[in-house]
Amino acid sequence: MENANADFIPIVILLAVAVAFLWLHFTGGSGLTRLYLAAALTVLAVLILLPSANVGLPDWWTSDIPTPKIQLGLDLQGGTHLLLEVKLDDAVKNQLRRVGDDVKQEMKRNKLDVKSVTQDPSGAVLVTLPSAGERTAFLDLAGKMFSDMVIGLAPNSSDAGPTYKLTYRPMELDQVRRNAMEQALETIRNRIDQLGVRETTIAREGNDEILIQLPGIQDPERAKELIGKTGVLQFKLVDDNHSVSDALRDGPPPGDEILYGPASRGGREPYLVETPVLLTGDTITDARVRPGGQLEGPYVTVDLDQRGAEIFAAITSANVGRKIAIVLDNIVYSAPVIKEPIPGGRVQITGNFTYDESHELAIVLRSGALPAPVEIIEERTVGPSLGRDSIREGELSFVVGALLVLIFMAVYYSGAGVLADFGLSLNILLLICVMAAMQATLTLPGIAGIVLTLGMSVDANVLVNERMREELRLGKTPREAVRLGYERAWSAIRDSNISTFVAGLILFQFGTGPVKGFAVTLCVGVLTGVFSCFVVTRAWYDYLISMRRLSTISV
Amino acid sequence: MSFQIISPDIDLDFVGKRYFFVALSSLINLAAIVLLITVGLNYGVDFVGGSVVQLQFKSATDGRHIRDALEPLGLGQVTVQDFGAAARHQYLVRFEKVKNVGSLGKKLEARLDQAYGPGAAQVLRVETVGAKVGHDLRRDGFMAVIFATVFMGIFIAWQFRGVSWSFGAGAVIALIHDVLVVTGALVISRLEFDLTTLAALLTVIGYSVHDTIIVSDRIREDAAKRRRDPIAAIMNRAINETLSRTILTSGTAIAVLIALLTLGGPILRPSAFTLLVGFITGTYSSIYIAGPVVLFWEGKGTGRSRRGAVTRAA
Repeated sequence: MENANADFIPIVILLAVAVAFLWLHFTGGSGLTRLYLAAALTVLAVLILLPSANVGLPDWWTSDIPTPKIQLGLDLQGGTHLLLEVKLDDAVKNQLRRVGDDVKQEMKRNKLDVKSVTQDPSGAVLVTLPSAGERTAFLDLAGKMFSDMVIGLAPNSSDAGPTYKLTYRPMELDQVRRNAMEQALETIRNRIDQLGVRETTIAREGNDEILIQLPGIQDPERAKELIGKTGVLQFKLVDDNHSVSDALRDGPPPGDEILYGPASRGGREPYLVETPVLLTGDTITDARVRPGGQLEGPYVTVDLDQRGAEIFAAITSANVGRKIAIVLDNIVYSAPVIKEPIPGGRVQITGNFTYDESHELAIVLRSGALPAPVEIIEERTVGPSLGRDSIREGELSFVVGALLVLIFMAVYYSGAGVLADFGLSLNILLLICVMAAMQATLTLPGIAGIVLTLGMSVDANVLVNERMREELRLGKTPREAVRLGYERAWSAIRDSNISTFVAGLILFQFGTGPVKGFAVTLCVGVLTGVFSCFVVTRAWYDYLISMRRLSTISV
Repeated sequence: MSFQIISPDIDLDFVGKRYFFVALSSLINLAAIVLLITVGLNYGVDFVGGSVVQLQFKSATDGRHIRDALEPLGLGQVTVQDFGAAARHQYLVRFEKVKNVGSLGKKLEARLDQAYGPGAAQVLRVETVGAKVGHDLRRDGFMAVIFATVFMGIFIAWQFRGVSWSFGAGAVIALIHDVLVVTGALVISRLEFDLTTLAALLTVIGYSVHDTIIVSDRIREDAAKRRRDPIAAIMNRAINETLSRTILTSGTAIAVLIALLTLGGPILRPSAFTLLVGFITGTYSSIYIAGPVVLFWEGKGTGRSRRGAVTRAA
């Protein structure tokens, strides 16, 4: 496959020609040279756009000549657009719950008593001490462990058993939210990648939203299933003291729960696991499939961060011989046996895996940890046939409309009209080329933008031609009429186009989705419109004048 | 010289009739405001949240049957409307509220398979927007329009300050007039107001201002040439001088839009309608709204143009 950057070479050439054209225009280069440049622009634009027009080009063309493709919006090509909201507040609460767990553990390790560790509705950790005597020891410990947190007396704290409230400092809070957002984005990207859809867009929108675009997807259900997994990857111990079948019949013993394996593996295998979560997926930094030898088959290595490594070392040394269940969204993907204490945070999971099984396990381990629930807050699915209809109808109406304009100009202004038509056609070509180069997507609102652009560039030509007619009526020579026509029409065209251009910028800044696409079309259209009327069409006049063929002007 | 539609020495009295047209426009605007408040725009799901589903049936059915078929899903109020040509058997079904965004398409297809037999109906398009998103989109769209309008008002006021600072106000009031006329027409037509229609409305705003600037530019030019003439006379002359251009440009634009409206298919229809009404009123308002605002500002148009008019702006 060719380098993606190579796609832009023709566009760069196109822009270079346009710049040369502009330079000659302002330095008064010869009319003929400028006409050559106009011709070069036209040919380049057509060459760039042909592959997108889908007219059955030979293979060598489409594969060997680099061209940027015009991306059609989902409303035109069909596909699914999803907007997800990441519940960042929940992510913060989850994170704080872990802080609470850490407090409990550290207190225990330091042989300090704690009455209760809870969370208030906002998620803040409330630590209640059995008596005022533990106060200093607790503050000492907490100050050392959680230097990034605000620790203060809770409002309802009593002197007998003081309650402390632990919350994040504003900066830390931002960091937690930012991390959660990044992790969510990464996780969802991993999950969507599993669909194998090409040209997906997964992007962050605003503070807590993720935009997903899946072109050409007819059945978005699987995507939504994958995204909708709101759970968290957890490690839990398998209870070997009770039998699964007893638990299935009589209900699980206290402190246990029954979880099942994935449905895909022929029947759902039940597991009896202990409820406490020993470790969560956010401590996993990486998980990979290793080929392994002939006998044992592929295995999976897991890397843990430092906190995870410490916890995992403690778990494994206390539970050698027991099974640990890897649970994603309450589905047990694997339950390997702990063979030995594992310090250092590098875990190997072996166990007669097929390659696919180990691959799936690695994905689960890597992408499992969605730090917060996500909710689909917007969905737009357009079937491909509908998109095709929209394109066909849009194209038909656009072609008919454009032909109406071109024919009218040619009839009304005869010679000058034909020159204007040349400029107008090139304007549309250039507009679409630049849009393709900017990788802007063409949507229905974008087509509305093109219509406005077409209207405004027709107006520029009409203004110039009307002015030429006026000057001719005043008895000016054709040469003077052309010069004055352009000169006097300029201030109107300049002001109206500046106003439109800046309005386009503002719309782009504040608008969302389709409004943005519209704004891009508008801004680019203003530039190409003024360029094609004042630089390209003008070149024709200058050439005709310089050849002295313009003894009479037909306008 | 080829043929022309408007004679070069046309001299119609536009400015003299301004009281009549301003009164007429005010009435229309008032009616539009009343319509917007009492009836309101037919907001699409983009702006109020909910779901809209486009269905393709193999054979003819009607709204009542579809509603009955979807009743058991318990999706609240369901409205069904024909979409496009009757022979295509396409319907647009709208649900006011959807609890679980996502997975609607599958549910509907399953339900319709039960009611109409397998494969009788196909879901062509599903658009579901959460209420919060709808609210955000409406706010963002609104903000974008306000900022763009304020900018254009200031820009025009500055560019035409040599004649009168009121050109900016004239253009903005003309723009508001056009937005009211178009939205009023949308209320009457019951066409859906969604993001695509909003883009069309933005196009109308762009065109309206563009057209006002073209006419104002001629006023600016003439004012610089004829310092002694009253501004009303200059304005009338400028409108006449640009009339040929106005008719040509609007005429071609309207021709394009009629093509869009008739051939563009049902999805483009609300945009094409918005643009058509907007381009007509945008052209009209440059002459009968923007101009009179300047005249009223400058002392009912009887006074001479101010001294500032002698310097041509920018």
